[in-house]
Amino acid sequence: MRMNQRTLPTAAFCASLLIVAAGCHKKSAPAPPPPPPPAPTTGTAPAPPPPKPQAARINSFTVEPETIQRGQPATLSWSVANATDISIDQGLGAVAANGTRQVFPANTTTYSLTARSAGGMDMRSVTVNVTVPAPPPPPPPPAPVISGAEMLSRDAQDAYFDYDKSDVRDDARQALTRDADLLKQIFAADPNFSVVIEGHCDERGSAEYNLGLGDRRATSAKDFLVSLGLPESKIRVISYGKERPVCTEESEDCYQRNRRAHLAPAQ
Amino acid sequence: MKPKTLLALLTVLAAAGALVLTAQNANFNGVIKEGEQLKLAVPDFRGSGGADKFMQVFNDTLWNELDNGGVVKLVGKSLYPLNIPQRPEDFTSGSAKLTDWSQPPVEANDLAFGYTAEQNGQFLLLGNLYNVGQPSPAQASLFAKRYASTLDENGARDVARQYAADILAQFGAKSLAGTKIFFVSDRSVPARRLPDGTTVGVKEIWEMEYDGSNQRQLTFYKSLSSQPAVSPDGKMFAFTSYPQKVEGSYVVDGNPIIMIHSLDPDRRLNFYNPVSSIVATPEFTPDGKHVLFATKIGAEKDPKIYMSNLQGGELMQLSHANAVEVEPKVNPKTGTEVVFISGRTGHPQLWEMNIDGSGAHMLTDGTGEVANPCWRPDGQYVAFSWTRGFTYGQYNIFIMDMVSGKWDQLTHDTGDNENPSWAPDGLHLAFSSKRNRVTQIFTMLANGTHVQQLTTKGNNLEPVWTKGIN
Repeated sequence: MRMNQRTLPTAAFCASLLIVAAGCHKKSAPAPPPPPPPAPTTGTAPAPPPPKPQAARINSFTVEPETIQRGQPATLSWSVANATDISIDQGLGAVAANGTRQVFPANTTTYSLTARSAGGMDMRSVTVNVTVPAPPPPPPPPAPVISGAEMLSRDAQDAYFDYDKSDVRDDARQALTRDADLLKQIFAADPNFSVVIEGHCDERGSAEYNLGLGDRRATSAKDFLVSLGLPESKIRVISYGKERPVCTEESEDCYQRNRRAHLAPAQ
Repeated sequence: MKPKTLLALLTVLAAAGALVLTAQNANFNGVIKEGEQLKLAVPDFRGSGGADKFMQVFNDTLWNELDNGGVVKLVGKSLYPLNIPQRPEDFTSGSAKLTDWSQPPVEANDLAFGYTAEQNGQFLLLGNLYNVGQPSPAQASLFAKRYASTLDENGARDVARQYAADILAQFGAKSLAGTKIFFVSDRSVPARRLPDGTTVGVKEIWEMEYDGSNQRQLTFYKSLSSQPAVSPDGKMFAFTSYPQKVEGSYVVDGNPIIMIHSLDPDRRLNFYNPVSSIVATPEFTPDGKHVLFATKIGAEKDPKIYMSNLQGGELMQLSHANAVEVEPKVNPKTGTEVVFISGRTGHPQLWEMNIDGSGAHMLTDGTGEVANPCWRPDGQYVAFSWTRGFTYGQYNIFIMDMVSGKWDQLTHDTGDNENPSWAPDGLHLAFSSKRNRVTQIFTMLANGTHVQQLTTKGNNLEPVWTKGIN
C-alpha cells in the first residue's frame, strides 16, 4: 500500500519522540544509592567502594539511506558503550557494541536498538522509509470517444474534378492533403482502419464511360494520398460512375458536387 | 481538343483534300431506303355483323404494323379510287381493276384488301395481297388467307397483326415475334437517401417481349446490376454488378465485376474476374466462346479492353492506350472488328480496331461525346449515342455506315436518347429516352419514325434486343 508521502515522515517523527520520551523517563528516576557501610574497627583505611556500575549508552544509531525503494538495501550503523546486552528488534536479535547491518525491509520499518547494562539501559530507533515502485501507468483511455469512421465522415473533404478529367486540381490537392493528415491520425489510433475512395461522376457522361472515369478519379486521389506517405494497402478504390449522385439538379453547381472522390470507411 | 487546334487540323485536312472528313459531315440515306421500297396500298377494310364495331381498331393496327415494318412504303389513302374491292371476285367480275391501283395517281406495286365478319362468335378476316402490276387477277394474287380470333378489340388487333406479318414477310421482313429485349430497371426496390444526401439505388436485369409484354425480373441481387449482354444463342446473359459482402455488422459493396447467368436453368455461372477495382461492360463474341470487357490490371490507371473465355481464363489485353476505354462490341457478321469507346483524344469517341488489338482508329469526328455502340446484325452499320450538336449529356441516336463512314441522326433533341440496340430484323432499334422526365425504353424504325414506348414503371434503360433462345 502506498502511504501519503507527506504524512509518513511526520508519523515517524512522532513515534520516535514517544520512544525517546519513554527512555528519558526511566533514566531520570534511578534507585537511590545504598547507604554507606559502618566504619570498621581497625585503623586501616577503608577499601574504596566498588566502582559504581555505569549505565549503558547508545552513542549513535543511524540508517543510511533513510529512504529506499522496496528491494534496495539500507545499512544500520550503531555504536554502544557500557552495555552488556545489545539487541535490535525486527528479528535482528543480539548484536555487537559497534556494527553495521544491511536490511531489506519490504515496508517502512522502525528499528529499535536496545542497550542494557546493570547501570541502566538505553534505546534508540531509526526508521527506514520504503517506497514502493510506482504502479504501471494506467492503460490508455479506451478507444477514442469518436471512432475513425465517424471522424472520417465528419471531417474528410471530397476532392473535386473538372468535367471528364481525372487529374487532381489545386483545390483537390489541398483537400486531399488535409484528408491525408486526418487519415494518419485515424490510422495511428486504429491500426485496423482502412479507407475506400469512391470515384463519382456527374450525370452527363454515359453510365458505361463514367464507370471507368470514376475509377480513374478514385485512383488519382489514391495515388496522391500514397505520395503523401499513406500506406497503399489501407486504401481501396471503387467507382460508382454516376450511380450515386449527392444531388440531382441539372446545374453546374450540382454537376461539380457530383464530380468527386469521396472518402469512406472501408467497413 | 482545343477549338484552335481543331480548326487548324480541319484547315490542313481540307487543304489536303481529305475526303473522309467531308464524307463524315454528310448524312447518308439510312438503312430504311424508302426510295427503293415497293409501294403498298391498304384501303380501309369493312366488317359485317358483329365485326363492324372493331374495324377502327383493326384498320389502325393494320396500317401501323405495315408502316412500322420498315420494308414497304404505304400510299396515302386520299389517292385511292372510290370503288374499294373486298373479295377476289370483285376483280374477276370487273367491278374493280388492277390498273386502278397500279397506275397514277395511286401507282402502287401491291394492294392489301379483304373484309371481316362475325362467324361462330369469332372475328374472322379474309385477307388478300395482290401484285397489281400483273396483267390478270390470277397472276396478281400473292396470297388469300383466313384469320380468326376473339370477337373483341384484342381479337381485331391480333388478326390485324397476323395479317400484317404475312404481308411484310412477302417483302422480305423478318418477324420480330419471339424476340426479346433485355433491360435494366430500378422498379423493384425504391432508392434510398444517405444522411449526406447521396442517392443509393438498386438496379436489376429484366427481360420482356419485343412489344413490351411479359416484363420479367431476372436478377435479385438488390445491388447495382447493369450493362446486360446476351449470348448469341440467347441462353446466357452477362452484366456488371457490385457484389454485396458482409463485413462484421456492415454490408459493403464489392468492386464492380462481371457476372454471367444461364437462363434455363436460371442460375449464375462461374466467371473468374481478374483482380481489379473494375471489371465492366461485358459483350459476347459472335461465336459465343469469348467475352470482351473493360478492366484494369496491375499498375494500370485506366480500364482498357480485354478478352477472355467464358470462364474468365485465357485473359488477353486488346487495347493499350492511356485512356478510359469501355464498351467493346464485336462485328456479329465477321467476328474480327471491334468497335469501342475511348477517351484517348479527350472526350469519349467511337473507335474501331481488329480483334487482335491492331489497327485502332477513330470513327467519329472528335466533337461531343460518344457512347453505346451496337452493330447491326449484318455488320454493315453501327448505332451509337452522340451529343454532337448539343450540350454534354444531351445524347441522340446516330447510325454510321461502316463502309463509307457516313452517319445519320435518328433522334433530334427529344430528351437524352441513349443505348440504341438493333432488332434482329435490322430495321428497328430499341433505345432509352428521358423525354418524359423518367428514363423509359422505346422502339423506333431505324429512320427515327414509329416511336413506341414499351415501359412505364420506374426507370428502365440499357435495352438489348435479342433473337431469343434459338
